[in-house]
Amino acid sequence: MTVVPLGVPRRLIEFTLDGQEARVPEGSTILDACRAAGKDVPTLCQGDTLTPKNACRVCVVEVEGARTLVPACSRRAEAGMEVRTDTERARHSRKVVLELLASSVDLSTTPGAAEWIKEYEAKPDRFGPDAARVNEEPKVDNDLYVRDYDKCILCYKCVDACGDQWQNTFAISVAGRGFDARIAVEHDAPLTDSACVYCGNCIEVCPTGALSFKSEFDMRAAGTWDESAQTETTTVCAYCGVGCNLTLHVQDNEIVKVTSPHDNPVTHGNLCIKGRFGYQHVQNRD
Amino acid sequence: MRKRQPKTYARLTHPLVRDSRDEPFRRATWDEALTRAAAGLGAARGAFGMFSCARATNEMNYVAQKFARVVMGTNNVDSCNRTCHAPSVAGLSAAFGSGGGTSSYEEVEHTDLIVMWGSNARFAHPIFFQHVLRGIRNGARMYAVDPRRTSTAEWAESWLGLNVGTDIPMAHAIGREIIHAGLANRAFVERATSGFEEYRQLVEPWTLSLAEKVTGVPAAAIRELAHAYARAERAQLCWTLGITEHHNGTDNVRALINLSLLTGHVGRYGSGLQPLRGQNNVQGGGDMGAIPNRLPGFQDILDPPTRLKFETAWDTVIQPHYGLNLTEMFEAMEERTLRAVYCIGENPAQSEADSEQAVRRLRALDFLVVQDIFLTKTAQLADVVLPATAGWAETDGTTTNSERRVQRVRAAVTPPGEAREDIDIICDLAARLGHDWKYADAEAVWNELRSVSRDHYGMTYERLEEHQGIQWPCPDVARLEPTYLHGRLWESDPADRGRLAPFGLVQHDPPVDLTDEEYPIRLTTGRRLDSYNTGVQSGGFASPLRRGEYVELCPEDAERYGVVVGEEVRVSSRRGTVLAPVWIDTALRPGLAFMTMHFPDEVDTNQLTIEANCPIAGTAEFKASAIRIEKLPAPIQVR
Repeated sequence: MTVVPLGVPRRLIEFTLDGQEARVPEGSTILDACRAAGKDVPTLCQGDTLTPKNACRVCVVEVEGARTLVPACSRRAEAGMEVRTDTERARHSRKVVLELLASSVDLSTTPGAAEWIKEYEAKPDRFGPDAARVNEEPKVDNDLYVRDYDKCILCYKCVDACGDQWQNTFAISVAGRGFDARIAVEHDAPLTDSACVYCGNCIEVCPTGALSFKSEFDMRAAGTWDESAQTETTTVCAYCGVGCNLTLHVQDNEIVKVTSPHDNPVTHGNLCIKGRFGYQHVQNRD
Repeated sequence: MRKRQPKTYARLTHPLVRDSRDEPFRRATWDEALTRAAAGLGAARGAFGMFSCARATNEMNYVAQKFARVVMGTNNVDSCNRTCHAPSVAGLSAAFGSGGGTSSYEEVEHTDLIVMWGSNARFAHPIFFQHVLRGIRNGARMYAVDPRRTSTAEWAESWLGLNVGTDIPMAHAIGREIIHAGLANRAFVERATSGFEEYRQLVEPWTLSLAEKVTGVPAAAIRELAHAYARAERAQLCWTLGITEHHNGTDNVRALINLSLLTGHVGRYGSGLQPLRGQNNVQGGGDMGAIPNRLPGFQDILDPPTRLKFETAWDTVIQPHYGLNLTEMFEAMEERTLRAVYCIGENPAQSEADSEQAVRRLRALDFLVVQDIFLTKTAQLADVVLPATAGWAETDGTTTNSERRVQRVRAAVTPPGEAREDIDIICDLAARLGHDWKYADAEAVWNELRSVSRDHYGMTYERLEEHQGIQWPCPDVARLEPTYLHGRLWESDPADRGRLAPFGLVQHDPPVDLTDEEYPIRLTTGRRLDSYNTGVQSGGFASPLRRGEYVELCPEDAERYGVVVGEEVRVSSRRGTVLAPVWIDTALRPGLAFMTMHFPDEVDTNQLTIEANCPIAGTAEFKASAIRIEKLPAPIQVR
């Protein structure tokens, strides 16, 4: 008997990726294989701690014999499959997706967006200045979070993180249907009137900065937010005995943001309000 | 909702001293403060006690207990461990010879049944509860045993809302039902345990109907939990302070352990016992020997070969008897046999039960040194105050969590002013008292610990980094042990099986502070989601959830007293009286009130609690006081 149940042994799947032989354990996605092979496939709605939602379509690749493009983030690799990541069709699709997103949403704080727009030669401006936008002021209704729906791409990651995949608080949901669909807190209530417990696990997964910590939001507004001047140090939370790992983002000797490593066996990237925000006492220095 | 002006504490940036307790503090140099501290402590050899810190690193705790044992020649070293989980450690080590929880978080996700007993983990241990939720989503059933219908209980298959302090009747009734239904794991009981026959006789009177009378829980619900626990392939039994903060906390723990022995739910993957620890390093503080009865590595002081090992390693003589625990040290202050205290990072003036008595005793000391990051209520009573660094963000080292996982702590910010690292301060003080210790850094301390503790030997800093923490025991630098403890109990060879796990023969003993006509309400205490202990640390951030201290009543009681939300009432126990506004909570039931200890500067809840201590572990009965609620003559609405 082994110490830990090993489960069914995983076979290695062999398939072709851009003409090259690829081998991945059974159950891996095409995206896993691409990343293992060092290929840069853009992703937005994919999260390493979440079940794929297939919402953004920016990671699509071509599979020989398939009628449509397939999302690399959720399609499992199959033996004998022939996958091409960089065909004209795939590149064109990514370009259009980026144009549609960048014309309707503010992607200025989305990591990678500017480079992808350049690489795929996307022209978001071609829809003109009156392209559909939410045009809404950031919602600042408490001292910890800011919600800026101008930056929201409706990827559902926050809904999943707040819901049954991690936090199980169900404060965040989708309100409206079709073009009116949007992420909302209990049908557009202020956060302070909702079930929110301020764990910040939605912010941890948000790919665009639509959800941000107020500390970061304020520093960006003041022009003092400077990621190149920040250090990231992983330590252990000083509250209860669970032992969550915290990554402290420090700028000018001030903690400006707290995250958690997504591959950590204790937290899986999640924290509670105390771990996420309870650092201020350390820097009450005068 | 009233407006609150939360008390925030500013960091200490330089040492403070004073010549007498009536004077205000004045700023001092490190040299003057340490010289005074050394003189004060040196004069009290033989009457000295050390309060180590369950919040600081393992390395700091190791050095602190070494200071007490080598420099001061005493085993009087303890920490706030005593006010929460000491009974878990005492109970588990009595049964299994080791004080740690027996399984790990990951196993909770792969188990079939989870019992949360006296634990509101959803609030107090939110990230552990995410593992529980994973388990529930994977098909596990969860049962909650708690006087309050907490947000943890909201996720349960069944909530058993027992009367405060009736955990042993409940456990014994479950045990009896398992035996009578023929569901005991007879093979395991015969091979791995001792004392079953006595246990069977002990629980025999606890029929389901008697248990229903005593606990207030319907017999059918108790029966259902008994059958579910016994029939599950794998089961986790988790508890928190609802079990331990009683005058018979260790007995409560033993009663729960009995159930795992009866059913064989221990020592296997997915089956185990999990006490959820309340402070980031309360597990590690005990492992490092910052407790009066154990040397580093949780090795017994009474064992001569162990003492010899440490006497050789430290070139000293170790007192061959247990020291005083925190509770006994406070009693010794009263008798003047303890006259000087070195208190690191603790706030007993506000965290002890019956806080007025604690303050009076601290005042009676000849000499008190407090080493902290804030000028806490305890520090305000000191002769010398030494500014330290915040363990988790300003120092390097390790801490040990509830699943025995030792993890690296790393310095991320520079400490303010002249604040110095705890280890550095203790070593400087040791040098002034004639012991010149040289530690280049925290890793050097850790490696010294590794050399004397087999359970930690395999954990180099490098490996801790590589594996994102390692669970003890880890005696080998090349391999990892199973994630659960006591697999030996399942071995077929009796020699490998080792010492049999004894059933704990414990009797029901109701709370000391009885309710009567004068004090008709049972007050229990606990934590909220966004606040922590005495609030010194959690008061620093602007939580949208925080509403300050209230006395929480059920709607029926509020109606009976004619009080409404926000109305200030007088709350009295046999020890003290406080004024607190009312909050109404439907999770409570008639006769049960709830308060926290998070805002002692607003409402000092611990003026109400009783210092009735567990005779084995010394933990006070925070969970059960008898109180009276009085409507004030002219209702004052607090704005």
